[in-house]
Amino acid sequence: MIEIEGITKRYDTTTVVDDVSMVIEPRTIAVIVGTSGSGKTTLLRMINRLVEPTAGIIKLDGADNRSVPGYELRRSIGYAIQGHGLFPHRTVAQNIATVPVLLGWGKDRIQARVDELMTLYQLDPKEFGPRYPHELSGGQQQRVGVARALAAEPNVLLMDEPFGALDPIIRTKAQEDLLAIQKRFGTTIILVTHDMEEAVHMGDKIAVMDAGKLVQYAKPAEILANPASSFVETLVGASERPFRLLSLGRVRDAVEIGAAEGEAIPGDASQRDALAELLWTGRPALPVKGADGKPLGRVTVDGLIKRAARPA
Amino acid sequence: MKAWLPLLLRLALVVLLVAFVTSPGWFEPLLKPLTENNAPVIYNQGSLLTLTLLHLRIVLIATVAATIVAVALAILVTRPAGAEFLPLSRSLVNIGQTFPPVAVLALAVPAVGFGEKPTLIALFLYGLLPIFENALTGLTTLPANVVEAARGAGMTGWQRLTKVELPLSAPIILGGIRLSVVISLATATIGSTVAAKTLGEVIIAGLLSNNLAFILQGGLIVAALAVLIYDGLSAIERYAARRMGREAE
Ligand SMILES: Nc1ncnc2c1ncn2[C@@H]1O[C@H](COP(=O)(O)OP(=O)(O)OP(=O)(O)O)[C@@H](O)[C@H]1O
Ligand SMILES: [Mg+2]
Repeated sequence: MIEIEGITKRYDTTTVVDDVSMVIEPRTIAVIVGTSGSGKTTLLRMINRLVEPTAGIIKLDGADNRSVPGYELRRSIGYAIQGHGLFPHRTVAQNIATVPVLLGWGKDRIQARVDELMTLYQLDPKEFGPRYPHELSGGQQQRVGVARALAAEPNVLLMDEPFGALDPIIRTKAQEDLLAIQKRFGTTIILVTHDMEEAVHMGDKIAVMDAGKLVQYAKPAEILANPASSFVETLVGASERPFRLLSLGRVRDAVEIGAAEGEAIPGDASQRDALAELLWTGRPALPVKGADGKPLGRVTVDGLIKRAARPA
Repeated sequence: MKAWLPLLLRLALVVLLVAFVTSPGWFEPLLKPLTENNAPVIYNQGSLLTLTLLHLRIVLIATVAATIVAVALAILVTRPAGAEFLPLSRSLVNIGQTFPPVAVLALAVPAVGFGEKPTLIALFLYGLLPIFENALTGLTTLPANVVEAARGAGMTGWQRLTKVELPLSAPIILGGIRLSVVISLATATIGSTVAAKTLGEVIIAGLLSNNLAFILQGGLIVAALAVLIYDGLSAIERYAARRMGREAE
């Protein structure tokens, strides 16, 4: 659990982060969104004390984050820095191994972990391990940056726009991988992004920042349904709202009794995908199948449209 | 140009240099026309090989000492605690450079006597500035993101310095060392005026006895050494820079 209590950061007279309080429940993902310069990175960096706050306290699992030396704290928290920040004089494998080496892991354990992460991020350890960062594409560099943050299996992961340079296909894959890792290890993640789509998809809660202030911190559905201010509304994208709302729900939860013609859609696809499929094929209803392939019922255009409307 | 040509030229220069300092007699016919009245063609008051090695030794000692001091100083003034000494250290090192080498020798002799010592002092002072300036540039122009990533990974100040900051600025520091070595190689010849055993001895003997052959052989050996060492260090620098994906300047 991460408790941020009344955190403020001032540089001279400019207040960059202004009295922010929020609690990130253990094993959840909090996504921070906001315009450029709104203080997202600064807030993130006060958690691992790369930036010392002017006022306020941050507690990790109940303990003040100033109770251990900064470097020790930072070894226990994964940090994917904005713009990857790979060490140019070290190979990809050495980059990923940074924190495990600092923690004094054995050679074999480090090697195994590096290979595991590289395989996860679709970088062949044999081919890419000995390369230097400048010999990779921007997207590959970014994946190595994320792998480096994950290397020591941290309980808390801070990620500053980790997927910005990835193409849509690899980004979706990286997001799914991160969700899978998060579920498996129960990691608590704070993720900064400019991509509202990503925020809604990844976040258990979304924090919206504006000029250093936390203007809303709530579940994605709540942010979409009841934006706290016109700023939040603009950020969420008024025209995208119904689709974002649908993307939060699974087809399984929108199933109606009845049958329909054609190819069935899996129950854990998103409702948005189902609507897209319906609109694209010009049909009023689609059959739905469970994970075992058994029919569950159908989804209808009318049913989905009702779900896309502003919650009462 | 074909890739092997520069390599071949370097190799030829090395072979020529080694041959010249070990068996200068072979080259006597070439230099003969430069002498008059049957004066000796090849320096005869000591072995060229010994002088070359002594010359290199004095440059090596001075450069190593200058490197250690200059890099240590640059590290010190780029730490938060030493930042206020940055302007002071800069002017001190600059003053060292504005002193003419001959003046340094003249001042050092009464203090430490004739011989190698005053020369070492002069070379050391002259070697400091380029290394210090380059080390300072290297350490202050590191990509902020990379240094922050090192902090973020939980490196201590010392680990950041040794694992990230110094390796990243190594090519630039090497550039300073290269300049410093070349300056020292040339300046060391003046050391012979205060009785240091360097190749300057050959040149001065030539000047005193009006023997052009002496002057030329002393000068050529120093020049060849300078070219080869400059070239070798540039190659190391380029290799280090290329590994980091930077173009060497
Ligand atoms: N060390 C510093 N000194 C002075 N001002 C700073 C410093 N670091 C950040 N700032 C200022 O604080 C503000 C917030 O910066 P921050 O990096 O947290 O923004 P951000 O929300 O992460 O923006 P982006 O989306 O562009 O990454 C900016 O106006 C920035 O100029
Ligand atoms: Mg930022």
